[in-house]
Amino acid sequence: MHEMSLIEGVVDILIEEGRKQGFAKVKTVWLEIGELSGVEPEAMLFCFDVVARGTLAEGAKLEILRTPGAGWCLDCAKTVALSEKFGECPECGQYHVQMTAGDEMRVKELEVE
Amino acid sequence: MCTVCGCGQASVEGEKHEHKHEHAHSHGHAHGDHEHTHEHDHAHAHGHEHTHDHGHGHHHHDHDHHHAHDETHAHAHGGDHDHTHDYGAGIAGVHVPGLSQERIVQIERDILGKNNSYAGANRASLAQKGVLALNFVSSPGSGKTTLLVRTINDLKEKFAIAVIEGDQQTSNDAERIRATGAKALQVNTGKGCHLDAHMVGHALDQLDVAENSLLFIENVGNLVCPAAFDLGEAHKVVLLSTTEGEDKPAKYPDMFAAADLMILNKSDLLPHLDFDVGACLAHALRVNPRLQTLVVSARTGEGLASFYAWIFARATLARKG
Repeated sequence: MHEMSLIEGVVDILIEEGRKQGFAKVKTVWLEIGELSGVEPEAMLFCFDVVARGTLAEGAKLEILRTPGAGWCLDCAKTVALSEKFGECPECGQYHVQMTAGDEMRVKELEVE
Repeated sequence: MCTVCGCGQASVEGEKHEHKHEHAHSHGHAHGDHEHTHEHDHAHAHGHEHTHDHGHGHHHHDHDHHHAHDETHAHAHGGDHDHTHDYGAGIAGVHVPGLSQERIVQIERDILGKNNSYAGANRASLAQKGVLALNFVSSPGSGKTTLLVRTINDLKEKFAIAVIEGDQQTSNDAERIRATGAKALQVNTGKGCHLDAHMVGHALDQLDVAENSLLFIENVGNLVCPAAFDLGEAHKVVLLSTTEGEDKPAKYPDMFAAADLMILNKSDLLPHLDFDVGACLAHALRVNPRLQTLVVSARTGEGLASFYAWIFARATLARKG
């Protein structure tokens, strides 16, 4: 889904932080993208080079950290692994799992100079 | 999944700008030995012509700006200069060999944060006017425009209604809406697969929606991307039609999870299809246990009374004063 607009959002954040924190070049960007966020990391890597061109992030390396999905199963009353959004509990097979991790889409940290 | 989508080529109908700039500069420099005298004569002539062409013949602006700047600068430098640039020096002027000024900055910012702040601003300005804003989402061809046209015709005596139409191209849908007499504005997203809160903010500036009115936002036909983009609406309303797969809520769960109301449209075709309404609603409720569901036909009007009752209830909650 919409990886291009998400990456435009990332580059906007880099430009804004550069102005605020006074750096002129971004060398590495770490994104945290949950496994259940519906975002395709390959597609993000693909558009980042294009979107970053001509900005302070031109040529920067994009590192994507995947966070695994997890949720709170209401029936088992504990945190369980979640392999798909709104999926079933791997232990009891019920669908009463509230997602607690895995849908993150964040710019986590930057290496700058 | 659309990897080719998204780049900012959105255009709000009626917003066109043409700019012409003319600059004329003349510089004069005189250099002596060890002493530098700089004389700059700058003459700037700016001719700006702005042509704003707002559609529907509401506004026409013609601006002519003429600027003329005359500045004379004289600089005289004398003496010896000794410059050392040490880019390895730290903030405290300390230089550690082998260490550059690279640093790690922790920012922890949500990628959608910017869209969400625009959405918050839209929501606040709509609330201030008591407007009920609904964001209609579905696959292409589920009958969003047909449902809206019918709804506007049936409710226009009771509410002022305005519509924001999102499509990649054409203003066909806005024209269909305008035929009902409602105010409509087409937003073309270019290659974009969804409306975002910034585009809707611009559209709101132009539409000037009335107090205690209804605002229908018809999103780009796409069951994936619009789920993630809050526009500032009160509710997302997801449409599904009986000619689509009944397991679509399981296949595209994000949209059904983000919606508050699901409308199953084209119920008049059910006798001719093998569509299992119960199974479809079960899929949707598994993804979103709080989802409200209605079965209607925008063509025959079957079931629409329940949709109108839902709108009345929500509009009463949104109403100002």
